[in-house]
Amino acid sequence: MTHAEHDHHHHGDEGQEPPSDLALRVKALESLLVEKGLVDAAALDAIIETYEHKVGPRDGAKVVALAWTDAAYRQRLLADATAAIAELGFGGRQGEHMIAVENTPSVHNLVVCTLCSCYPWPVLGLPPVWYKSAPYRSRAVIDPRGVLAEFGLAVGEDVEIRVWDSTAEVRYLVLPERPEGIEHLDAEALAALVTRDSMIGVAKVPLPSAPV
Amino acid sequence: MNSVHDMGGMHGLGPIAPETDEPVFHLAWETRVLALTLAVGAWGKWNIDASRHQRELIAGRDYLAMSYYEKWLTGLIELIVKTGLASRSEIATGRPVKGASRLVPPLNAARVASVLAAGGSFTRDVAAPARFVAGDEVRARTINPAGHTRLPRYVRGRRGVVERDHGVHVFPDSNAHGAGECPQRLYGVRFAARELWGETSAKRDTVHLDLWDAYLEPV
Repeated sequence: MTHAEHDHHHHGDEGQEPPSDLALRVKALESLLVEKGLVDAAALDAIIETYEHKVGPRDGAKVVALAWTDAAYRQRLLADATAAIAELGFGGRQGEHMIAVENTPSVHNLVVCTLCSCYPWPVLGLPPVWYKSAPYRSRAVIDPRGVLAEFGLAVGEDVEIRVWDSTAEVRYLVLPERPEGIEHLDAEALAALVTRDSMIGVAKVPLPSAPV
Repeated sequence: MNSVHDMGGMHGLGPIAPETDEPVFHLAWETRVLALTLAVGAWGKWNIDASRHQRELIAGRDYLAMSYYEKWLTGLIELIVKTGLASRSEIATGRPVKGASRLVPPLNAARVASVLAAGGSFTRDVAAPARFVAGDEVRARTINPAGHTRLPRYVRGRRGVVERDHGVHVFPDSNAHGAGECPQRLYGVRFAARELWGETSAKRDTVHLDLWDAYLEPV
């Protein structure tokens, strides 16, 4: 293939440099839209600031840690996740209709959007590239065990895997299992352990690497 | 439409290759594409279903080759042109046509936080009797609409069980095409993995989809 074709097929999903014309096209579009008064440049910065620095998986981790330490909150989360998540001040765009699904020793939940990239923004932020990419979208529903193995997670034959394909405006948050042996930690310390991947369902919450 | 975006169940699309400590954005222009999409969307010239459908209209070979935000950029440009917010020649030059009056953007910086935190509900307070209740067996209809649909090919014709009634939601198949919201019941439906994929799937594994009333028929 030519050099140009090579670039076209490999940028982006692997995080490599895009063709420079893409950056230029975006710049030209932004300057046109600002000049026409279709967008406000400061609003663009505020949107980026929100998703780059304010909204993200730390928020979902707080929800999970509270559910682990407060049985009544866990019940509310499983009964009406939208309302329970709003109790912590999280909600809004791409999280208007939330459902929490709980992992147990006999059930493992995995979230995907086979048709596009639906993801619970208010609790997890913007999705990682792999979540939005063809390999995960195509295989999560047909081969969840193979997909989990690719993330280094072996799920026993006795465990039921439930895959949630986000086909509507309902968004799913996995409530992962709390690791054994950290019962003494408070919600804040527990939240620090909860990973984004465990709330998508492609990982378990890891035990702390050092004693806490 | 049966295009490559409907990829659930396909093989051969490569390894997942998660990136360690992945940043929220990899490149500066990606941040601008996300922000432009949300900010121009605030004009209300199109809805989320039309926006998704526009990305589905990207030709298959391009859809698979483009990065995520390149697809967003492509969809955004097409919607801007379609709705007359800007012309293709203005987009090509990056300059407004001479004499164009300057508008006032509906979304300013001061409102961003509250607009994003508010979101927009997709449920509608209209009467739509529930045809199914939890526990009912249903079959996903065999349909192949050329337009937008959220019924993936891999469940069409398959039997499942209703698990949950989500209430009355906007129907993407009509809403994407400016044919109205046609709000109707949305159900959480459970399918046995073996019903979808055959005996090689683990016996107890299940796949759950949220499906509108029009996608379902009683068994």
